[in-house]
Amino acid sequence: MMQDYEVVVGIEVHVELATESKVFCGCRTAFGAEPNTQTCPVCLGMPGALPVLNRRALEYAIRTALALNCSIADRTKFDRKNYFYPDLPKGYQISQYDLPIGSNGYIYVDVEGEAKRIRIKRVHLEEETAKLMHAGDDIISATHSLLDFNRAGIPLVEIVSEADMRSADEARAYLSKLRSILLAMGVSDCKMEEGSMRCEANISVMPRGSKEFGTLVELKNIASFRAVHRAIQYEAARQIEVVSSGGAVARETRHWDDARGETAFMRGKEEAHDYRYFPDPDLGPIVIEKPWVDRIGDEMPELPDAKGERYMREWDLPKYDASQIADSRDLSEFFEKTCAIVGDGREVAKWILGEVLASLNATGIELSESKLTPELLAELIELVQTGKISGKIAKSVFEEVFNEGKRPGDIVRNRGLLQISDVGELVSIVEKVIDANPGPVADYHAGKTRALGFLVGQVMKETRGRANPQETNRILKEELDRRA
Amino acid sequence: MGVSKEETARIAELARLSLDEAELARAQGDLSEIVSYVNKIADLNTDGVAPTVQPCTVSNAWREDVALPSLSREEALANAPDRQGEFLRVPSIIQGEGDGE
Amino acid sequence: MKLCDMTIHELAMLLKAGEATSMEITKSVLDRIDEVEELIGAYVTVTRDEALEQANAADERIAIARKRGDFSGISPLTGIPLALKDNVCTKGTRTTCSSRMLADFVPPYDATVVGRLRDLGAVIVGKTNMDEFAMGSSTENSAFHVTRNPWDLERVPGGSSGGSAAAVAAGEAIGALGTDTGGSIRQPASFCGLVGMKPTYGRVSRYGVVAFSSSLDQVGPMTKDVRDCAIMLAAISGRDMRDATSSPEPVPDYSSLLEGSVEGLTVGVPAEFLHSGLDSGIRELMDGAIRMLQEAGLEVAEVSLPHFEHAIAVYYLISSAEASSNLARIDGVRYGYRAPDASGVQELIRRSRSEAFGPEVKRRIMLGTHALSSKHYEEHYVKALKARTLLIEDMNQAFNKCDCMICPTCPTVAFKIGEKPDDPVAVYLMDIYTTIVNLTGVPAVSVPCGALGGLPVGAQLIGKAFDEGTLLRIAYSLEKACAISDRRAPVAAADGRRGK
Ligand SMILES: [Mg+2]
Ligand SMILES: [Zn+2]
Repeated sequence: MMQDYEVVVGIEVHVELATESKVFCGCRTAFGAEPNTQTCPVCLGMPGALPVLNRRALEYAIRTALALNCSIADRTKFDRKNYFYPDLPKGYQISQYDLPIGSNGYIYVDVEGEAKRIRIKRVHLEEETAKLMHAGDDIISATHSLLDFNRAGIPLVEIVSEADMRSADEARAYLSKLRSILLAMGVSDCKMEEGSMRCEANISVMPRGSKEFGTLVELKNIASFRAVHRAIQYEAARQIEVVSSGGAVARETRHWDDARGETAFMRGKEEAHDYRYFPDPDLGPIVIEKPWVDRIGDEMPELPDAKGERYMREWDLPKYDASQIADSRDLSEFFEKTCAIVGDGREVAKWILGEVLASLNATGIELSESKLTPELLAELIELVQTGKISGKIAKSVFEEVFNEGKRPGDIVRNRGLLQISDVGELVSIVEKVIDANPGPVADYHAGKTRALGFLVGQVMKETRGRANPQETNRILKEELDRRA
Repeated sequence: MGVSKEETARIAELARLSLDEAELARAQGDLSEIVSYVNKIADLNTDGVAPTVQPCTVSNAWREDVALPSLSREEALANAPDRQGEFLRVPSIIQGEGDGE
Repeated sequence: MKLCDMTIHELAMLLKAGEATSMEITKSVLDRIDEVEELIGAYVTVTRDEALEQANAADERIAIARKRGDFSGISPLTGIPLALKDNVCTKGTRTTCSSRMLADFVPPYDATVVGRLRDLGAVIVGKTNMDEFAMGSSTENSAFHVTRNPWDLERVPGGSSGGSAAAVAAGEAIGALGTDTGGSIRQPASFCGLVGMKPTYGRVSRYGVVAFSSSLDQVGPMTKDVRDCAIMLAAISGRDMRDATSSPEPVPDYSSLLEGSVEGLTVGVPAEFLHSGLDSGIRELMDGAIRMLQEAGLEVAEVSLPHFEHAIAVYYLISSAEASSNLARIDGVRYGYRAPDASGVQELIRRSRSEAFGPEVKRRIMLGTHALSSKHYEEHYVKALKARTLLIEDMNQAFNKCDCMICPTCPTVAFKIGEKPDDPVAVYLMDIYTTIVNLTGVPAVSVPCGALGGLPVGAQLIGKAFDEGTLLRIAYSLEKACAISDRRAPVAAADGRRGK
C-alpha cells in the first residue's frame, strides 16, 4: 500500500544566528545565562521602546541566503506579524513578509548516491520569542507557565524549502546538508537540542505518478533529526491510511508527540490566524547594495560542496570520503590542519574516517571535546611514515592518544614499541625462529609458501609486533633460501 | 456599507477584546459608522501611486553588533503582575486557546 | 509677576544673573500647583521631592559656573521646572498614559527626550494628564480625571496633551512636552493660548515615548511663547541611535534664528483650509493674522492641497492600524493591569484588555484591526498609504510656491466639558487642519493670534520638512505683531486675588 503513494515534504527551518547581541537591541545572546538577566525595555516589549536593526544579523542572513544560492533582494523591509501569545512580548513578531532577504535558491542533497536539487523558496530574518515553560510536571497538569525573556529577540533566519522532498530520508538528508552549510558559514551553532535550530514540515501524500499534491498537513514541534524522520514517516503513513480507506486528509496543523511517537491534532484551517502583516513603521527600509553583497560573498567561508571537490582534487580522496569530511566543520578543520603538517591527505582521511570517527561514536563526544589534536594525529602518522612503528602498533596507541592526549612518540618510547628495523637484530631473531620451527621450515622448503606467513607471525610474536614487516619478510626469505 | 455583527465579533477576538452583547452592538454601530466614513477614500484614484509607510524616511538605520548592559532581573520583573522565583508567571495555556504561532 | 508666570528665557536670565534660584522658581511652581491643581487637574503625578532635589542640583551647577566665570555648561533650561506628558517614560516615576492599564507602571528607563532634559539640568515637576494613550482631543478620555481649561474652568483644555497645556497656561510648569499624532500638541496649545509645535517627523527621538501611531507621533514643546519653543525644540532635537526613524539632519540654534528678517518670504494660504463652513470669528482672526504677516514683509500666495478632504479618513485608518498593533503589547502579561483569576492565558489577555482599556481606545483598536485584517487590508490600509503619498505630493507642490502655510489650528475654540459630540466621526473632524501635517511629516506650530469670547485662538503655521528655523522665525514675527504673548489665563492672573 505504502508503495502506491508518494510522500511530498516541504520544510521550514528556524535557525538562531550567532551574533553577540540581539537583533533589535543590545542584550547578549549567550545560551544558558541565568533566567531573565539578558533583557531590556526593547526585548521585553516595554511601552515606548523601539527596535534598531543589528547590522551583523542582516549580514549573516545575507550570507545564509548566498550560501543557499538565493537571489538577494536589493530593497527589503521588516513587517509586523500580529498575534497574541505570552512568549511574544510586543504582541507582534518583527519578521519579513513580502520582501524576504533571499529567494529562489537551491541546495544539492545526497539521495542514494545521487545529488538531488532541493529548491529554497525564501530566506528571511526575524526575531526569536521568549522561552515558555510549564510550571508543573506536564502541560496537562500545570496550572501556570513560566517565562524567561533571555531568548526573546535573538535573531533568527527562517529558511523555507519548496515541497521537493519525497521521503523522510530525503527530508533528513536535506536538514543535515542545511546544517552542514550553516555551520560552515559560521552563522549558527545549529544545536537542535538547545533549540537554536528548529523545524516544521509540510506533508502530503498523492498516488504515485500523480502530478497533483494531496491536502497538506503542517507538523510542528519537531526537536531533533531523529524526530524529523519519525514524524514524517508516521504522518505519511497516517495520511496514506486515511486516503486508501476512502477518506480525505483534513487541512490542519498537527503536533509531533515525540514520547508517544505520533502526531496529534492542533488546529484546523478555519482557525488559521489572520496575522495582519504590515510594514513596521519603527524600522525604515533597507537598501542592500550590490557591492556589499559581493563583499559578503567574497569573504564567505568555503561551502561544503566546494570543499569536498577541493579535497578530491588536492588529495585524490574518493568522493564519498571527501564529502564526509567536508560536510562537517569540525572534521574538515581538523583534516586540513593535520594535512598541513604531514602532507598526506589520503592517510589523514583514512585515520579521521576510521579511528577518529569510531572513537567519537564510542565516547559520544565532539571532536573539539576530545584530547586529540591535529599535532598529535600528525605525529602518529609520521611515526608510521618514517618506519618507527607499524600501522598496527599505531592503531594500538591511538586510543591512549585520543583519551589522554599523550604524545604518540612518548607512548611508543615508554612502552618500547619502536619498530625493529636493524638488520643484525632481525637476522638473529629470524635464525632463532627458524631453529625453533623445523616443521614449517621443511614445509616451506617443500614448496608450501604458506608456511612463510606462519614464520613471519612467529617473528612478530617474538618482537611483540615491533619487527619491521617488510624487512622481516626479506630477511626470512633470504635465510630460508640460504638453508635450502 | 455596514459591518456585520459576526464581523465585529471576529475583529474583537482578533484584538483580544471581549465584548458583551450591549458592547458588541455598540461596537458594531461605531465601526460601521467609522468604516462608512473612511470608505470615502475608495473614490480616490490611486492607480500607479506607491504607498508611503513613513514620511521623511531614514534608510539603513542600523546599529553594530555590540552587546550593551541589560537590566537586572529585579528591574526587568519589577512591573511583573505575578512571579515565581526567577521567572515571570502566567496561567497555563489551555488546550485550544491557540498556539505559539 | 510671580516667577511661575514667567517664560523660560526670562527665568534663564534671572538665574544667570543670580537674581533668582531654581529653588525659588521651582517652589513658586509647586506653590501654584498647591493652589490651583485641585481646580485644573493638569497632573497625574507631581514629583515634588525629585523636583526640589533637581532644583538644588541646578543651583549648584549654576553656582559653579558663576565661580568659574564659564556659563558654557549652562543651558537656558538649567533649573527650569518643566512638565512631561504622561506617555513619556521616566525612570522610577510611573508613566500611565492616563490609562487604568498602566496606572502602576514604573518604567525602568528614561525616554531619550527626558535624558536630554535631565542632562541640561532641567527640573521635572511631574507627569501631565492626557487622553488615554493620546487618543482624543479634550483630555476627557483620561481614565483618572478631567483637566480644566485655565481660561474657563467649564471648558476642556483640548487634547490629547491637555494636561501639559493646562499646566503651562496656569503656571503649574514653565514649559512642557506634549506628543502630537494628529494635532495633540497644537490643538490644546490653541485652546490654552500657548505656542505648541509638532516638529518634522524624525526631528525628535521617539524612544521611550509610548507609541500611538509610530509613523505619525512626534514629541514637541508647549510653551508660553515662540522663544521658549525654540529653546525647548533645540534641547530635544537630534539623532538618537535608539530610534531608527530619527534623522541625522543637523540641529541649528533655533533661538538665534528668530530675529532674522522675514522680508521676501512667502506665506501660502491653502484654499481648501479656509472653506466656507469655517466659523466667521475664526475666519476673521485668520485674515487678521495673514494681514499682520503681510505687514511684517511676507508675500501672500494662494496654494492648493487638492486631496485635503481625504486627510481625516487617511489619518484614522493609518493611526488606528498602527495603534492596534502598538497597543498589542499591553496584554497584562509583563506589566500593567492583569485581570484576576483568569483560567487560561488567552483569557487573561482578553479580560485584562477588556477591563482596563477605555471606550475610545477600544474603538480605535477595533478600527485598526479591521483595517489590517486580510479582508480589508488592500481597500483600507494600503489605499490609505497610497492616499498618503498623494497628500505628500500636494504638500511638495504647495511648498514650491511658499515658505510656510497658514490656517486655523482648530475649527473651534475650546468647547465645554461634556459637550463633545456623541458621534465619533464628528469628533474626528475637529482634527481637520492638523492631521495632514502628521501624515506628510512636515513641522507645524500653533501660535496664539487672538481670542473669541475671551477664549484663545491659535493660528497654525506649517513649514517645510526640517526647516523649523524658518517656521519659528515667521511664528516669532506673527507673535510680535499680535502682541498677545503677555496675556495670562484667568486662573493664573487671579493668583494675586485668591492669595493664601
Ligand atoms: Mg517565522
Ligand atoms: Zn534587549
